[in-house]
Formats: sequence, C-alpha cells, structure tokens
Amino acid sequence: MMTMVLKGLSALGFIAVSAMFLIWLERKVSAWIQNRLGPMMTGFQGTLQPIADTIKLLLKEDIVPKGVDFLSWWLAPFFVTVPVVMAFLVIPFSSKWIVLDLNVGVLYICSVTSLCVLGIFMAGWGSNNKYSLLGGMRSAAQIISYEVPLLLSVLLVVMQAGTLSMQGIIHAQAHGWFILKPQLALAFLIYFISATAEVNRVPFDIPEAESELVAGYHTEYSGMKFAMFFVAEYTNMFIISAIAATLFLGGWQGPWLPGVVWFLIKAYGLIFVLMWMRWTLPRVRMDQMMSFAWKVLTPIALLNLLVGGWFMLK
Amino acid sequence: MLLLRQCMLPDYLYIIFFFLLGIAFVASAFVVSWALRPKAPNPAKNSPYECGEIIKGDSRIQFNVRYYLFALIFVIFDVEILFTMPWAIVFRQLGMVAYLEMAAFILVLAAGLFYAWKKGALQWQ
Repeated sequence: MMTMVLKGLSALGFIAVSAMFLIWLERKVSAWIQNRLGPMMTGFQGTLQPIADTIKLLLKEDIVPKGVDFLSWWLAPFFVTVPVVMAFLVIPFSSKWIVLDLNVGVLYICSVTSLCVLGIFMAGWGSNNKYSLLGGMRSAAQIISYEVPLLLSVLLVVMQAGTLSMQGIIHAQAHGWFILKPQLALAFLIYFISATAEVNRVPFDIPEAESELVAGYHTEYSGMKFAMFFVAEYTNMFIISAIAATLFLGGWQGPWLPGVVWFLIKAYGLIFVLMWMRWTLPRVRMDQMMSFAWKVLTPIALLNLLVGGWFMLK
Repeated sequence: MLLLRQCMLPDYLYIIFFFLLGIAFVASAFVVSWALRPKAPNPAKNSPYECGEIIKGDSRIQFNVRYYLFALIFVIFDVEILFTMPWAIVFRQLGMVAYLEMAAFILVLAAGLFYAWKKGALQWQ
C-alpha cells in the first residue's frame, strides 16, 4: 500500500518536472533553430522560465465564456490529463523502475492514451466557439485515423516478441534491437509518423493551426485549465517516445551506463527529433493528411504485417 | 476463481489508484488556482472569442458527414486489431496454418478498405 502511494507520487513528480523541462527545451530548440536566444532572463539560460510560467498560470483569472456546455467544458481537462497519468503505470524506466509490469502492458498503454481524444473533442464541443469546434472535429478525425497504422505497427512488435508485457518486449531485444530487423524498421517509421499525428505535432498540427484556428480546441481555456492541456500535450510526447524506445530501441538496454540513463537518452532523443521536425517542416493540408493515413500508411502497414509475418516464420 | 483473484486483484488496484491519482492531480491544481486567482468577470470578457467581433449565430452547426464515415471505418479497423492481438502473441508457436488463416482475415479487410476507397469514402473534398 505504502509503496503504491510512493510510486504514484513519484510518477506525478516526474510528469510535472518532465513537462516543465520539455516546455523550456521547446522554446530553446526553436530559438536555436531560428538563430535567436530564447528565454534568458530567469536563471541560467532561462532555466527557471517554466516555474515563472507555472506561477503566472496559477494566478490567471479563469474565464468561463457564455453558453459553454458546462459538463463537457469542466470534464475535458480531466479527460486529457488523467489518461496521461494512468499511462505511467507501465513505462519501464529500467529493469527495476517500473510501477507495475502488467501482462497486457502494450494493450493497456495504447488504449489508455487513446482516451485523450475524448477530452479534446469535449473541449471543442463544450467551448461554444467556432474555432474550438473545428479544431476538436479535425483533431478527432486525425487521431482516430492515425490510430490504425500505429496499432498495426505495434502488432508487428508483439508478433516478434510473443508477449504484451513491456519488460518482456525489452528482454526479447537482448540480442539486438527490433529496429535492426527490416520489417520492424519499417514498422518503426510508420509508428513514429502516426505518433506525431497522434500528439498533434507539426507537420500534422492542423487541429491547432494558429493561422486559421487561433489555438484549436483550447482557444477558450485559460489559467490552470489551459495548463492542464499543456501538461498533457508535452507528457504525451514523452509517452509516445517512451513507447517507441521500449518497443523498437531496446528500452533501458545499453552498455556502460545504468538502464534508466539509457532509457531517458532514447526517449528524450526521440522528443528532440519531434521538436526538430516542428521547427523545420511546413504544415500539411487536411485532405493530404487524411489521405496519407488511409491511402498510404494503412495499406503499407497491412502489407508489412503480412510480408513481415511471413519472414518471421521462415 | 481464487487463483484469478490472487493474480489479478493487485493489478486492478494499481490501475484504479492511478486513475484516482490523476483526478486528484487535476483537482488539486484547480483548487490551488481557485484560491489564488482574481475573479472579475464582465459581459465582454465572457463572450466567446471571435477575433474581437460581435458573435454571429450559434457555434454548434451541422457538420459534414465525411467525419462520420471516417469514424465508421476506424471502428472496423480498431476491432480488427483487437481480434488480431491474441493471435499475434502466440503466432510463432502456432506456425503456418494460423498465419494463413489470419492472412485470409486481413485480406478480406484489405478488400473492404479497397472497396471504401473506390466508393470514395476516403475522399476528403
């Protein structure tokens, strides 16, 4: 009982610190890519900026616009943030540091993280704002479309490892990471593209395209409710990168350094790639995005499942 | 039954605990900010944001049916993937027969996807 509470609280602490660090990193990376300095005033290289941001958001007035759908407006921040906390149950930081190695770990984390779309849609519908509704609709369409190739590529890893437990999949990679096999390398590529779309990042950020939809589904949210959307967005980035590191890059396995260091290097390395993409690539159009999911990624993933499965049996 | 209870109950306890923890996390953030923040609403501030213009019409409008079509195709594929999960775990032990059976299942689905494609259900115009 005591260990359960301690593990839960340390997961919450990690979520808070990681989200703050990622927000600082995003601003710094964007600044370096655009040849600016980024935040510099608060602390060394602006490292205290996230704390200042948190205090500012805590003290902001909570504006409830006229005509909101009260229930979905209030529940939406819960629906995006609670699944993020729940996902930390099965993330394997090292051979010992995992809250609980569920025997259906992969299925659990995929199903829990896909609940976020409900919160996003409730925020879009509940806000009584045209931009929010458009953003929520687009986001729901995008997330469910990219869910299919994402799960199909995860399926290939399950076939290779023969287990759904996160630690079991890492142990199956003791003699070589899964990404080194050709069919799983293709699965990694499909996973990473779909996961980028799942967390609404550029080049798939049409639900919150600033130039046409203000801020998409969270246009009307302010103060702590907005902060919850922000925390969920950045922690989701960590979760998809952690899943990718676990399923394809060998998890915490690596020479010399302790396991948890390897795991964080891999996860944050993938997050850096996501940020790099955001500040380099342009945004794709809505129709391009949907036809890419259904006419390119899904057929390739299905074909990969059949051909890759054939070669696994050989 | 006893065996089931012994091996599954702690797992579900953890899941429920993390669910409650997530709710407590969000709720505590709301309570702290509720205690600290200023409260000064006025009609102009509380009107929905529309680039500063006076609001026109209701925001909950009728939406294009294409969103619904994509949702329908998604449900089919999601259920299919759930069916495939148990097969994927034991796939290496079952060998060629199970592979061919699942290949037939996936090919039927692929034919369905191709049909939807030809019918224009995947067209976003």
